[in-house]
Amino acid sequence: MPKRVSWGWLAVAALPTFFIGYFFLYPLARILYLGLSELSLGFSGLEARLIRVGWFTLWQAALSTLLTFLVAAPLTWAVSTFRFKGRALVMALVTVPFVLPTVVVGTAFVSIGFSDSIWSILAAHVFFNVAVVVRTVSAVWSRIDPDLYDTARSSGATEWMVFRYVTFPLLKPALAAAASIVFLFTFTSFGVVLILGGFQYATLEVEIYRQAVTLFDLPLAAALAIVQIAGVTGALYAYSRYQERHTVQWALEAGDNLRLPTTKETVYLWSVTSITLGALAVPLVVLVSRSLSGSFYRALFEDDRVIGTPIASVANSLLFAVVAMALATVIGVLASTVIALRQGTLSRWFDLTLMLPLGTSAVTIGFGFIVALGWPIDLRASLWLVPIAHALVAVPFVVRTTVPTLRAIPSELREAASSFGATSLQVWRFVDLPLARRSMLVGASFAFVISLGEFGATSFIARPNTATIPTMIFRLLSRPGGQSFGMAMALAVILAGLCTAVIMAIDRRGETGTF
Amino acid sequence: MPAQGLGTLIAPDGNEETMKRPLAVLALALLLAACTNGSEEETPQQLTLISHDSFVGSVNEETFASFTAETGIQVEVIAAGDAGSMVNQAILTKDNPLADVLFGVDDTFLSRALGADVFVDYRSEGVDSLASDFKQGTYTVTPISYGDVCFNYDKAFFEEAQLPIPENIDALLRGEYAGLVTVEHPATSSAGLAFMLATIARYREAGWLEWWERMRDADVSVVADWDSAYYGEFTRYGGSSPIVMSYASSPPAEVIFSEEPLTEAPTGVIESSCYRQVEYAGILDGTPYPEAAGQLIDFMLSKEFQETIPLTWFVFPVNKDAELPQEFVDHTIIPAEPLRLDPEVVAENREQWIDQWIEVMEG
Repeated sequence: MPKRVSWGWLAVAALPTFFIGYFFLYPLARILYLGLSELSLGFSGLEARLIRVGWFTLWQAALSTLLTFLVAAPLTWAVSTFRFKGRALVMALVTVPFVLPTVVVGTAFVSIGFSDSIWSILAAHVFFNVAVVVRTVSAVWSRIDPDLYDTARSSGATEWMVFRYVTFPLLKPALAAAASIVFLFTFTSFGVVLILGGFQYATLEVEIYRQAVTLFDLPLAAALAIVQIAGVTGALYAYSRYQERHTVQWALEAGDNLRLPTTKETVYLWSVTSITLGALAVPLVVLVSRSLSGSFYRALFEDDRVIGTPIASVANSLLFAVVAMALATVIGVLASTVIALRQGTLSRWFDLTLMLPLGTSAVTIGFGFIVALGWPIDLRASLWLVPIAHALVAVPFVVRTTVPTLRAIPSELREAASSFGATSLQVWRFVDLPLARRSMLVGASFAFVISLGEFGATSFIARPNTATIPTMIFRLLSRPGGQSFGMAMALAVILAGLCTAVIMAIDRRGETGTF
Repeated sequence: MPAQGLGTLIAPDGNEETMKRPLAVLALALLLAACTNGSEEETPQQLTLISHDSFVGSVNEETFASFTAETGIQVEVIAAGDAGSMVNQAILTKDNPLADVLFGVDDTFLSRALGADVFVDYRSEGVDSLASDFKQGTYTVTPISYGDVCFNYDKAFFEEAQLPIPENIDALLRGEYAGLVTVEHPATSSAGLAFMLATIARYREAGWLEWWERMRDADVSVVADWDSAYYGEFTRYGGSSPIVMSYASSPPAEVIFSEEPLTEAPTGVIESSCYRQVEYAGILDGTPYPEAAGQLIDFMLSKEFQETIPLTWFVFPVNKDAELPQEFVDHTIIPAEPLRLDPEVVAENREQWIDQWIEVMEG
């Protein structure tokens, strides 16, 4: 039977398509064309360098992803299984590293003895990404119907067998989703590699920056950008094939199925939690103690002759973060609906394209904006580009957390609703939304913290003089003096606190069921 | 479409230009009709200045207030990343510039921008008051400020260790300073690049790599950027290097931004290690308001604006009449004969020099 073009689906896909097309693919095409049209043949030594840099980029990303999973696994188990006092705080604290500027974490890492080695790079990657695994995976794990476990146990399965044959297969999509995000993040690592790697190490991201910005070799930078995008596309393609083969439909619970731990389990639970959080907290403790060694917090509220009142940057950051979160959530949820419910090649490539910004260098995106967005409306130095750039990086989080849940909803549920006369919109509103709400909120909260932490994506965009918390930290850190340094540390601690508060608030909304 | 080189892409006959031409003609016609005298430029309400993040970060309401009061023109400031990123953006948007004036291009990137013809020539009346070091025969861009990149040392460390302060960079090769020096990487840091050029200016092409080779063997530490060097490696901030590559203005900044009031700077500058970088402003080709843009550059050269430079973004004024604030007089030196290289020579060799440096330092 020939498939009819469904206008409804086109309408749902329209906004995400426009967004990714106009703010990513078009600028990307323009900047790559500009670079490549200048390409003269025969770079000396390019191939050897490309192979070396490309290989390093690939293996450090794969190893970082693996290590992140190993470190995150025990904590993920604990927060996915048990109800305990402080669970909400633990879930929020684990996200804090995510918002801290690399340069701040970098100086903290150096001060505790990590520097100039591959281990420092890997440790920092784990530090930044544990939250991705814990939050993405626990959003699914905590909602597995406990009847499934009981059935298995009653037929004689050991705890290990229950995990191996019940839990693990159900978690595969969420594990793969978390892995794809951590891989992309570490694949495009920039600040960590520069600050902690010494100089033996360069990722493609670092090399693109070096060629484009320092050496003005736009053609070579464009060639490297293509290699980077090709690598990312390959990884994403493999991921999406895996994801499709391992989709399982199962009775998903709308709320958490957490239980109280037994006495023995309480011991495990708290050792796991305190060890993991303790390790993550070491660099944070350095920050806090540095921030407390003077009257730095008070100084943040005073007017500085040059950079204004530092604390005022909090309002700007929150505003950008709210806009970026709204954009990313609307676009991400619309896109996830299309991806989850329309299987096939087109849908797979749509999904893959939405993920690409996460794996594309900030230089490429920034320079793409300024060559492409001058017409019909000149957006090139607009304030809007900042939340738009944040949303480009954040949409993949919303999509990756939402799609596995939407796919898991049994199609019978939707069919049943339709057969009672529900319109597509009503099915979405009363079947999909309540079941996927929790995952969408996980994505939304990542969008918020991505914007709050102002990832590197914005550093190459021309933009008006609006200070966010991270830019204010950079300003303080770019001038000498004990007071400047202490204030930068204090502002970083405020950023961490803000992140914790916001994540806890968003998580609570998820639990009380108001969207 | 035939393959275009970067040269033709940035020439004013790209696609986009033809698309906008009818609009431009219409706008011009309206403008001509509105003006009684066709050749007069209308005074704009606002000028846009593009600069690197470190300048933009210290612009506040007061920076251009008296320019606005005098001319009625507001100044909007756009941040464009680091200096390299800014120059790239100017070149990439040559057909349709993002701003009217660009400020902050330094010696090391200047020839790249000039080679791409992003500026229109402008000779400000203010150039007469330039200190003689900064005078040129002809002007496309105008020098506005300069900064010296120099080794800083931690006075407390040297007192405690009873070590003599190294008098110049030759002395750093002596065994007693092994492992005590941190510099920034020339490929990722402008201070690092400036110091690499300083060694070339000092030892010439024949000898500079040998100095670096010996420093490498003496365990010089190399970090990505100034922040990591100063706040990560400097003994003053808990690191292990009492000698780091920083700026001549860092000691006065230490006094101004100290936790407790200080009468003496806790750090000093090794004068003979200083390399001078001049920062320029230029009128971007394609601005509809070249005259007003010129006025803005005149203002930036004025004694009034020049005197705000040291305490705002910690570089030095080029206007010989501008007086330095007391903190700068008390706590730093202006090297009499800073190391310098011809910008043309730098442009020609920068890439090759960085490669050679990497080869020596990274093996």
